[in-house]
Amino acid sequence: MNPLLMKFAIGESDGSGLFKIFQSEADMNPIVNPTVFNSVVLVLVLSVFFIICGNAVKKADPTKPSRGIVLLLEMLVTGIEGLVEQTMGLKHLNFAPFIGTLAAYLVCANLLGLLGLSAPTSDYNVTLALAVITIVVMVGSGIKAKGIGGYLYDTYLGDFPFLLPLNITGELAKPISLSFRLFGNILSGGIIMSLIYQALGWFSPLIAPALHGYFDVFSGVIQTLIFIMLTMIWSQGAME
Amino acid sequence: MFLETVASSISNEAFVLGMSAVGAGLAVCSGIGTGIGQGNAAGQAAAAVGRQPEAKGDVMQMMILGQAIAETSAIYGFVVAIILLFINPLVSSL
Repeated sequence: MNPLLMKFAIGESDGSGLFKIFQSEADMNPIVNPTVFNSVVLVLVLSVFFIICGNAVKKADPTKPSRGIVLLLEMLVTGIEGLVEQTMGLKHLNFAPFIGTLAAYLVCANLLGLLGLSAPTSDYNVTLALAVITIVVMVGSGIKAKGIGGYLYDTYLGDFPFLLPLNITGELAKPISLSFRLFGNILSGGIIMSLIYQALGWFSPLIAPALHGYFDVFSGVIQTLIFIMLTMIWSQGAME
Repeated sequence: MFLETVASSISNEAFVLGMSAVGAGLAVCSGIGTGIGQGNAAGQAAAAVGRQPEAKGDVMQMMILGQAIAETSAIYGFVVAIILLFINPLVSSL
């Protein structure tokens, strides 16, 4: 790979490259923006991994108890389906593939900070795109369930027509709050970690692992959960 | 007297940058309300688990979900602070 591209993709390993997210748009090629590059690489890796997994599942013998990667995948699928069923009801189990995809991407993207890379979700482009996808799914499923007229009436007028301005503001705030919540959480973790690394220098390995555990692992998993929960709750609300 | 000396001795850019930093600090004060709210939620969750220890899993899940949503206002303040510090939107309007 082109070494220049590698440098852009990885950034400085101490995290000081993080502050350049906002600053160096002029001297950085926008196509190989590190977070977007990391995101594309992550999507490719996940695709290849799940294609291999799918082949393994197809070859597996259903009469024997599953083990290894097949067992892991069964647990993953069962967990996601259980979550969707618990939140949205058995009727909307067809949302499970979408929710599972979102969860797999978001968990891996948030945990990328552990490898010293800049997490894709610390770029507002990525989180805004994810929020727009969620809103399109929400509006689309609402229109599919109730028709355009029914969806607009239920969402904006409902029983209390004088609440129309409030409803419009609330609907506009949904993608903004969804994207900024994820972006702010992951970016704040990255900035605090880079400040720790810069302040402590060679002593940072003493304290950094615990903070990585909180800011990357705990915060990343919780924010993934919040994102998919809100997606499910809003989609179900649009359909009823 | 003092203000006049200060005003004549610093440049416009320096003044705007310094005031942006002050504004960023003030914006992060939105974390106060979030801290109070999250602590309140955690206290109520502890009380709920004390009353009904078998519902610990549900209470924990609901508490974390609610706290993460309550964190939104602090995140907004943080985003405003980040924009003020690193993008400097006010300098370009000089």
